[in-house]
Amino acid sequence: MRIEFLWWEGCPSHPEALADLESVLRAEGLDPGTVERREVTTDAQAVHERFPGSPTIRIDGEDIQSAPNGEPFSLTCRVYRLRDGRPSPVPDPDDVRDAVRRARDAVRQAKEER
Amino acid sequence: MTLAIGDEAPDFTLPDTSGDDHSLPRDEVAAVVFTCNHCPYALAWHDRIVDAARDYPDVRFFAINPNDAERYPNDSFEAMRERVERDGGWPLPYLHDESQEVARGYGARTTPHVFVVDADGRVRYAGAPDSDHRDPGQRAAWLREALDSVRAGRDPEPAETEPVGCSVKWKR
Repeated sequence: MRIEFLWWEGCPSHPEALADLESVLRAEGLDPGTVERREVTTDAQAVHERFPGSPTIRIDGEDIQSAPNGEPFSLTCRVYRLRDGRPSPVPDPDDVRDAVRRARDAVRQAKEER
Repeated sequence: MTLAIGDEAPDFTLPDTSGDDHSLPRDEVAAVVFTCNHCPYALAWHDRIVDAARDYPDVRFFAINPNDAERYPNDSFEAMRERVERDGGWPLPYLHDESQEVARGYGARTTPHVFVVDADGRVRYAGAPDSDHRDPGQRAAWLREALDSVRAGRDPEPAETEPVGCSVKWKR
């Protein structure tokens, strides 16, 4: 499973989001050390990385929470929605956990089908 | 540089989303909140600030958006107006600091960044609304403590906290 964590220094939410991600991975029996961490520093890189804002977490290429259509790729703080609907600078840890489980199940299923 | 506690708060006159001008009063306690549309921290704290504005009808509240709308279109005057309309109105005016002079005068660093100004026009609190953007139970506790203290003639405790949020988007 490939887990990417992309952040922009101008948004202060990335340490909190990374800590949440690492906590979820540990709880799921996975190694937080495998997370690929990449800093996005320019608008051009944001476009190249298809970076909708900081932080962005992708598991096997899939964003853990789909970004709204039409949002430009840019250096900005990303708005997440918690499960109770409140806006937040970091994703809901339950959404992170579910995304990890989905990806892990997909890997298992693919292995079984081989 | 951010205004220090005890500094005189700069006057301002800015338009709200209806086009009406608002100025800092000189004989009433005021809460000046730099905020915006696009920042998740500002959004996370918004309801708590709105609730405080409703709970302190004797305090003049101002929300001021200073961000560069060219780089952040969600912070345009039109987007501000649409947001207030969508919410069915706010209990505090949402002001547009297009020149960014007011934000520079206060030394606003983030959205949100809260300043409480006493009836003599002096800054008595500067910082975050409360200690945790994740916990709505905090109810903008630092802001409320500052308002309670200033209205009672006491010094707020704390008088200054680290503002937390997105950096103000200055024009290049």
